Amino acid sequence: MLVSITIEDRNGQRQQIEVPDDMNLSLMEAMKAYEYNILATCGGMALCATCHVQVLEGKDQLSALSDAELDMLDTLPDAAANSRLACQLRIDKSLENAVFRICGQEHE
Amino acid sequence: MHTTDICVIGAGPVGLFSVFEAGLLKMRCHLIDVLPQAGGQLSEIYPQKPIYDIPGYPEVKAQELIDNLMKQAAPFNPGFTLGERVEKITGDTAEGFTVVTNEGTAVSCKVIVIAGGLGCFEPRKPVIERLADFEGKGVSYIVKDPELFRDKEIILAGGGDSALDWTILLSGIAAKVTLVHRGETFRGAPDSAEKVFQLATNGRINLVLKSNISRIEGNGHLKEVHITDEKNEVNIISADYLVPLFGLSPKLGPIADWGLQIEKSAITVQTTDYSTNIPGIYAIGDINTYPGKLKLILCGFHEAAMMAQSAFRYVYPDQRLSFKYTTVNGIHSF
Repeated sequence: MLVSITIEDRNGQRQQIEVPDDMNLSLMEAMKAYEYNILATCGGMALCATCHVQVLEGKDQLSALSDAELDMLDTLPDAAANSRLACQLRIDKSLENAVFRICGQEHE
Repeated sequence: MHTTDICVIGAGPVGLFSVFEAGLLKMRCHLIDVLPQAGGQLSEIYPQKPIYDIPGYPEVKAQELIDNLMKQAAPFNPGFTLGERVEKITGDTAEGFTVVTNEGTAVSCKVIVIAGGLGCFEPRKPVIERLADFEGKGVSYIVKDPELFRDKEIILAGGGDSALDWTILLSGIAAKVTLVHRGETFRGAPDSAEKVFQLATNGRINLVLKSNISRIEGNGHLKEVHITDEKNEVNIISADYLVPLFGLSPKLGPIADWGLQIEKSAITVQTTDYSTNIPGIYAIGDINTYPGKLKLILCGFHEAAMMAQSAFRYVYPDQRLSFKYTTVNGIHSF
């Protein structure tokens, strides 16, 4: 099944992407596959926060934050109540129609 | 001045393996890393995390892999300069290069290998207008010498372990310590969090929760910090120093200014030997980019092997390279 997700880039441009839910992908991996400018420094271990996103729509249907994710978000100066780490969000139906804004540091 | 064949910038797994590959070809290496220990990200960020895609290891902890790479490199006696950041490189392939660190350490070499991973880890800076104007004039991102803050008014910002630890330590040194945190709880060590709340209860520190620093003011030196709470009310606190403690984030750093071709924070290389646009300078591991690049340690190992074969011609221009296997002759008969 394909999951439809909307990504808002750092310039406010929105794009709907469709990602298969049977490949065990994270949202970070999906966004990189769509060539969004994301560092994803630590490779998905919730250790760097370079894949920081804000959930603009669909926050309540997402999986709960893990301790590792909460710990990392807590170090960020610009994290908000709707902040998540894209690497910690698995692509499944809970992300259907969700809208994410990219916040993490980009390539220089 | 250190003199060596190859100066390796970055002592992560790929930098360490390049010592072994260079050593097989009788080339000496000196490694420089901004971190105080070898191991790069693996030792600094996730030493206890298991890695599953290193050939021959179904599972290996990051630090264990580094320890083994150090053992593997040891027979070739590499030199190390740790805790220093490479600032500039001079020279060329004809004369040889000189690599100079921020501490003035100089390494003379024939080849430079950049194995810098993500570049340098630098303090993560909050978005506050004119923050950079006050860097070194009241704003700093690390506490080098706590005595600097004796009898001063200091504001710390952050919610992690380092914010808690420095709040506790500086409460006994500074005239006034304020800790600003955007949340209302701390996810750092529970003991430290408890101590901080106790210090606040006892009036030893000023704890400002659910708030962010919104503005800083001063005249040549920091004078006051504006703190905005969740109701958008602003509290102005006088301060001699502000120390934002929001962890580290990767930056390319001075490498960006060396005339190398860079694309999206990575150095472009030839896939035949991982050479850069400057003859005699190579880039291997996560810091390079090329079509099909995979940011995997095992790919960095391959790049190190290819680089060493190519670097040989700069170190020994009059010699012919003959390919050998370690299984036949061991590691000392090449």
